[in-house]
Amino acid sequence: MTAFQIILMGLLIICAVSVSFSKNLLNAILIYMSFSLVMSMLWICLESPDLAITEAAVGAGITSVLFFVTLKKIHAIDASDPEAKEEKENE
Amino acid sequence: MGPNLFANYGEAVSAILFCIGFTNLLLQTNLIKKIIGLNIMDSAIYLFLAEKGYIAGRAAPIVVDGVTSAERYINPIPSGLVLTGIVVSVSVTALMLSLTIRLYTRYHTLDLDEISTQLKREGK
Amino acid sequence: MSRKKTAEEYEKTFAFRFFRWLSGEKDPYIGNVEMQPQKKYEPDHEAALRREKEHDAIMDKVYDTGHNRWLHLFHRLYQASSILFCLFLIALLLVTISYLPPNGTVTRPVNNEVSARYIEKGLEETGAVNIVAGMILDYRAFDTLGESHVLFVATITVLILLRLNQSEKDEAEVNDRRFEPKNDAILQLVATFLVPVIIIFGIYIILNGHLGPGGGFSGGAVIGAGLVLYLNAFGFKKTERFFTEKTYKWICFFSLSFYCLAKSYSFYTGANQLHSAIPKGTPGAILSSGLILPLNIAVGLVVACTIYAFYAMFRKGGF
Repeated sequence: MTAFQIILMGLLIICAVSVSFSKNLLNAILIYMSFSLVMSMLWICLESPDLAITEAAVGAGITSVLFFVTLKKIHAIDASDPEAKEEKENE
Repeated sequence: MGPNLFANYGEAVSAILFCIGFTNLLLQTNLIKKIIGLNIMDSAIYLFLAEKGYIAGRAAPIVVDGVTSAERYINPIPSGLVLTGIVVSVSVTALMLSLTIRLYTRYHTLDLDEISTQLKREGK
Repeated sequence: MSRKKTAEEYEKTFAFRFFRWLSGEKDPYIGNVEMQPQKKYEPDHEAALRREKEHDAIMDKVYDTGHNRWLHLFHRLYQASSILFCLFLIALLLVTISYLPPNGTVTRPVNNEVSARYIEKGLEETGAVNIVAGMILDYRAFDTLGESHVLFVATITVLILLRLNQSEKDEAEVNDRRFEPKNDAILQLVATFLVPVIIIFGIYIILNGHLGPGGGFSGGAVIGAGLVLYLNAFGFKKTERFFTEKTYKWICFFSLSFYCLAKSYSFYTGANQLHSAIPKGTPGAILSSGLILPLNIAVGLVVACTIYAFYAMFRKGGF
C-alpha cells in the first residue's frame, strides 16, 4: 500500500508541474482533471471514502465542467474541434 | 534537519504541491492557469490535513458490527473539515471563472500583464 | 444709536461698492479700461486630431512592452526571484515537516480526546453509522449551514457578474445555439439511458449518507452533473419546463430555512437538557439517526441546484 501511495503522489507532482508547462489551455484543464482523479484515489488510501466520493464528483467533475464552459465562452476552444465537445459530454 | 522527513512523505508531497501551485500563481500570466494553480494549492492543504488524521492500520470511520472503540477507526475530524473545504473551493472557483469571463469581455485577452497595460493606457 | 442712511447716501459708501463687486453685479474694469471685443471660440479639429495622434504616439512609445529593455530585465529578475523564493519556501516547509511526529502514529497531537469522544459516543448520540456524517451534520452542524450559505452567496454573486439584460440575452442565446450540438442522436440516446441512472445514483448517495460514505455534498454534485448532461443533450427548452429561476429560489429558500429551523430546535433542546421529539431509530436502518437524513436531503437539494445554476449562468447568463 505504501508503494502505491508513493506512486500516486509522484503522479500528483508530475500533473502539477505539467499544468504549468502546457501551452494549450485545454490540455492544462485536462491535466488538472486527472490530478483530481489521482487525488480521489489517494483519499481511498488514506481511509477517507467520504472525501474520495466528494472529490471525484466535485473536483474532477464539476470544476472541470466549469473550466470547459469558461473556455468555450471566451472562444478558446474551436467550435469545429470535435474533441472539445466530447470532453464536456463525458461528464 | 529533523529525523522524520521520510516517514512524513505525505506531508512533504503536500508541501511541494503547495509551492508548485504558488509558483504557478507568481509566474503564469494567464488567468485560467492562475486559477488552476490556486486549486492545486487547495488540494495540497487538504492532503496535509488528511495526512494528519491518518493512523496506520485503522479503518475508515464507519462503524462496523457496532464496535465503537477509538482504537478501531482513524481520526474523523480532518475528514469533516476537508469535506467542507472541497465544496467551498468549488464555489470560489466558479466566482473566479465568472470574473475571468467579465475581464475577457471587457479587454479581449486573458493575459494579466496586457490587461494592466491597457488599463494604464486608458489613464485609470 | 446709529443713524439710518438713505438709499442715495448708502450708494456712495465703500461698503456698497465692495459688496456689489463681491456679488459680481458690476465689473469695475468694464467701461473704464480700453478693451477689444472677444473673438468667438471655434474648435480647431485638425489641431485636436494632431494632438490626439501625438498623445497616442507617446503612449505607444511609453507602453511599448515589446522593446523595453528595462521591462525585460525586470521580468527576468521577477522570474528568478520568484523561483528562488519558492525553492526557499519548499526547503523551509520540508525542514519543518521533518520535525513533526511520524506519520500514521497514534501519538500525534491531532488524535486527542475530541476525536476519541466522537468515535466512542457518536453512534449512541447521533445514531449515524458514518461517524463523519454524524460529526458534520450533528455536532458541527453550524459549519455545514455556513457552507450551504457560502454556496448560495456564490451563486448570487455569479448571477450578478454574468447577468445580461433582455436584448443581450437573446443575442447570447443565438450565439450559444451556434456552438451547441443540435439534436445529436447519439448524445440524446446515451443521455436518455444515462441521466436517470446518474440521478438515481445521486439520490442513493444522499439517502445513504448516514450509513456509508456519501452525503449531501457528493450526492448533490452527482445530481447536478446529471442535470448538466441532460441540458447538454436536449437544450434549454426542455430543462426550462421543470427548472427556472423560480424553482431555484424556492428550493434554496425552503432547504436553507428548514435546515435553520430544524437545527435551532435540536440545539435548543440539547442545550437546555430537554427531551427531543425526534426519534433516533435503530442504527443501520435507512430511517434512523434523527435529523441527519432530512438535513442531508436539504443540503443535497441546495448543492444540486447550485451546480445546475452555475452551469446555466456560464452558458447564457441566466436560467
